[in-house]
Amino acid sequence: MNALYSLLFVFLLVLIPLFGVDAAHMRTFFGVCIPTTAFIIFIIGFVYKVVTWGRSAVPFRIPTTGGQFKSFDPELFKQNKLDCPQTGAQTFFRMVLEVFAFRSLFRNTAVSLHEGKDYPVVAYKSSKWLWLFAITFHYSFFIIALRHLRLFLEPIPFIPVGALEFVDGILQIGAPVMYLSDLGLVAGVLLLMGRRLINAKINYISYVSDFFPLFLILSVALSGIYMRYFAKVDIIAIKELTMGLVTFHYVVPETITVSFFVHVFLVSVLMAYFPFSKLMHMPGVFLSPTRNLPNDSRAKHHVNPWNDPNIKAHAYADYEKQFGVPMAEAGLPLDNPENGVPKDKAEA
Amino acid sequence: MSDIPKADELFKSIDYNPPATGWMDTPVDFSPGHWCYPAKPEKIAYMDTKLPGLWGEPREWLPSDSDWKLPPNWKETVVNGFRERLKKFRSLQLFMDICVRCGACADKCHYFIGSGDPKNMPVLRAELMRSVYRGEFTLAGKILSKFTGSRVMEEHVLKEWFIYFYQCTQCRRCSLFCPYGIDTAEMTMMARELMHLVGLNTNWIMEPVSNCNITGNHLGIQPHAFKDIVDFMVDDIEEVTGRRVKAPLNEKGHEILFITPSGDVFADPGIYTFMGYLLLFDYLDLDYTMSTYASEGGNFGSFTNNEVMKKLNAKMYAEAERLGCKWILGGECGHMWRVVHQYMDTMTGDTQWSGMTTPKSPITGTVFDNAAATKMLHITEFTADLIKHNKLKLDPSRNDHLRVTFHDSCNPARGMGLLEEPRYVLKHVCNNFFEMPPATIREQTFCCAGGSGLNTDEIMEIRLRGGLPRGNALRYVQEKHGVNLMACICAIDRATLIPLADYWAPGVTISGTHELVANALVLEEGEVRTMDMRQEPLPGFEDEEDDWTPPSKEDA
Repeated sequence: MNALYSLLFVFLLVLIPLFGVDAAHMRTFFGVCIPTTAFIIFIIGFVYKVVTWGRSAVPFRIPTTGGQFKSFDPELFKQNKLDCPQTGAQTFFRMVLEVFAFRSLFRNTAVSLHEGKDYPVVAYKSSKWLWLFAITFHYSFFIIALRHLRLFLEPIPFIPVGALEFVDGILQIGAPVMYLSDLGLVAGVLLLMGRRLINAKINYISYVSDFFPLFLILSVALSGIYMRYFAKVDIIAIKELTMGLVTFHYVVPETITVSFFVHVFLVSVLMAYFPFSKLMHMPGVFLSPTRNLPNDSRAKHHVNPWNDPNIKAHAYADYEKQFGVPMAEAGLPLDNPENGVPKDKAEA
Repeated sequence: MSDIPKADELFKSIDYNPPATGWMDTPVDFSPGHWCYPAKPEKIAYMDTKLPGLWGEPREWLPSDSDWKLPPNWKETVVNGFRERLKKFRSLQLFMDICVRCGACADKCHYFIGSGDPKNMPVLRAELMRSVYRGEFTLAGKILSKFTGSRVMEEHVLKEWFIYFYQCTQCRRCSLFCPYGIDTAEMTMMARELMHLVGLNTNWIMEPVSNCNITGNHLGIQPHAFKDIVDFMVDDIEEVTGRRVKAPLNEKGHEILFITPSGDVFADPGIYTFMGYLLLFDYLDLDYTMSTYASEGGNFGSFTNNEVMKKLNAKMYAEAERLGCKWILGGECGHMWRVVHQYMDTMTGDTQWSGMTTPKSPITGTVFDNAAATKMLHITEFTADLIKHNKLKLDPSRNDHLRVTFHDSCNPARGMGLLEEPRYVLKHVCNNFFEMPPATIREQTFCCAGGSGLNTDEIMEIRLRGGLPRGNALRYVQEKHGVNLMACICAIDRATLIPLADYWAPGVTISGTHELVANALVLEEGEVRTMDMRQEPLPGFEDEEDDWTPPSKEDA
C-alpha cells in the first residue's frame, strides 16, 4: 500500500512538467525557477540540519567497539585498529571504510531457526545482499552525479569527469555509449525496492517515506536514460541552459524538448525533499558518535559541556553517622570515633 | 517457572512473520509477565530528596491497570524533556534523523530472535520514539503524519515505551551492524530518563539505586553485615586451601582500592569469584583495601538517568581520596565497565584527588597507560599481566574436570574492547577451553537477556526467550565439546546465565573467571587441594564424602 502511494505520487510529479511545459508553455518556470529554488532549499535545508546536529552536545565518547582495544601489552593482545580505534588517525580510517566501503553493513548476518536432530538450532549465516545492493546503488549514483559536472563546468576537466565517462562507457555498447552507472543505478534501486517489498520484516517497517525516494530516484534515472538513449536530446542546448544557471545568465533554448523538463523537475523534487527526509543519512554518517570517536576515554580526559558539578556522591561522613555504631561493633575503622558510640550511651 | 513452556515448545512458538496489522495499530500486551514491577513509592521519595525533579510523583500503580496515575502535565514534561535531550545528546538527535529502515539490525537483537515480536527489532523499538520525534518536532512529520510514520505523544504511546524500552538490555549488538552506528542503547537510556520524569520506573532498578546510595551496594547490605559475609568467605577459603587470607575493609593508607560488584559478595556463584580475588591478592601480598561505603562496582544509575549514574559513580573517587589510595582495581562486571571505560573520567574525573596515579602493578612494574585518565584497571588486565610475567604458579589440571567456554559480556565487548585478556587468563588456568560459534562471541556476543536492570523473575519468559541465542550457542558447544562450564566476567551474568543455561543447555554451570584462577593457583610448592572453590571434591578425591551433595546441585 505504501509502495503504491509512492508510485502514484511520482506519476503525479511526472505529469506536472508534462502539462506545465507542453500545455502551459511555462518553459522558464520549469527550466530556471524550479531548479534554482530547489537548489536553494537543498542547500539551506542541508546546512540547517547539519548545523543542528553540530550544535547538539557530545557529552560522552561512546564508540561501539568492534574488536580488541589497545591493551597494556599491544604485542601480546593485538589491537584491532580499524574496529576499535584509539587515535584520531585510526578513527579516520574507520570512518573512511564506513563511508566508502559500508563496512558495518558488510558484517551483516541472517538468522534462521532449525529443528535439529536432538535440539533446536539457531543458525547465523553471512548475508551480503543488502551490502551489494547498497554499494551498487550508491556508487552508481555518485558516478552519475560526478558525470553531470560536465554540464556545469567549462572547460570540462578530464579528472574526474572525462576519465569517469571513459571508464563508465568502457563496454562500448550502443550509441550513444551505454554507461555502466546508469545500469547500476536502475538495478540498485530495483533491488532495494524489491527487497523492501518482498522481505516481510522490511516491508513491515516501511513507510511511504521509505518507498517514495526509491521511486523518485528511479524516475530520475529512467527520465535521464530516456533523454540520452531514446529522445537523444540536444545536449549543446542543455549545456547552454545549465551553464546559464550557474553563471546567472538564464537562457532556455527553444530546441530543448519536454523530456528534459521532466528530468529536471524530478531532480528538483529530489533536491527539495532531501533535507527533510531520511536521505540525510548521507551527511549524518560522518557525525555518528558510535563511529567517529576514538575509544580512549579511560586514557584521556574529555569534557562534557553540560557536566553538572553539583552532583556529588552521598557523603561518607553521612554514611558513617548512619552506620557508625554497628561498624564500630564489627571492628571497622571510623573517621570519627563519636559515630561509634551508641545513642543511649552518648546521652547517658 | 511452572507457567513457562518447555524449551522446545517455546522454540516452536517463535514466528518471524509480522502480524497483519501495522505496528502502530497492533495492541500491546500489558498482562503480567510482560513488565517489571514498578518501584516502591518510598524508594522514589528517597531518591527525590537526593536528586529532586527527576522522578515524578511517588505512587502505587501497576502496568496492568488502565490508569497509570500519570501527573496531569505528563505530556508536556515528556515532550519538553525530549526536546532538551535532543540538544544534550547528539547521539539522540542524529539517531532520530538518519535511520533509513534498511533492517540490517532487525535480526540482531536477542529479544527479537527469541520472540519474533516485530517491536523487538531494534529499528522498530527506535521507531517507537522516532515516530513521536517526527510528529512533535519536524515539519514533514506534522504535515504528512501518515506517510512519514509520525504520531504525537499520547498515553498509549508512553505505555508502549514502558513495555519495550524495558525489553532492551542496552547490549549494543544492533549498533555494531548498523551502517550508521545507530545505537539503540542510547535511545533506551533516553526513553527511560523521560519515563522517570513522570514516575514510570521499575523496582528492580530503583531499589538497588537507592540502596547503592545509602549503603554503598545494591542489596542494601549494611557495613557490619558486609564484613560478616566477607569473614565467612575467608573461612571458606581456609576450608578449601588451608590459608587464612587477609580481607582488608575501609583501611587507610593502602596503594590500591578494590571495587567489585556487590553481587559477588552475596550470591552464588559470584561468591566463588570473590573468594578468587581474595586468594589472589593474599598470594601476592597486595597492598590493597576494599570499602563498604563504595562496595558496589555496578552502576544501577546507568539504567535510570545520567544524573544518578554520576552520583553513584562519584563514590569511587571519593573513597579513593578518603582512604588515600593511588589507583582503583575493578572486579569482573559488565555494565560497571561500560561506565568506567566510557563515562567515568568524563563525569567525575575532576574529583580525583591529587595522589592518584596511573595504575602500576606493584608485582610486575607494568604501567597501565591505557587507564591513565581513569586510574582504574580491570582485574583481567591485572591478572593477565601477572601471568605474562610468570608471577603466578598455576596448575591448570585442577580444572581438568571442567570443559570451559567463555561468554563475552556485552559491555566489555562492545563498549570497551576487552576481548583477549580474559581469554588469556582462562587458557592459562584451564586445559579444556572451547569457543562458541563466531557469530555469538567477541564483538558479536549475545546478551544474557537480563542486563540493564531486567534481571528480575517476573519477566522470566521474556528473559528466557531473549536468552535463546546465547543458550543455543552454549548447547552447541555442550554437544560438540562436552562443555560443562561457561565462564564470564560479569556479576549480572553470574545471576542470569544460570536459569538461562538450566533452560537451554541443562547441565552447564556458570562461573566467574577468577574462580577458576583460584582453583588453579598453587599457593606454595607441593600444595595439594582436594576440593575446588565450591568445596566440591576434585577428581580423585570424590570418595572422601561420597554421599554429600553440594547445595547448589540439589535442585538440578
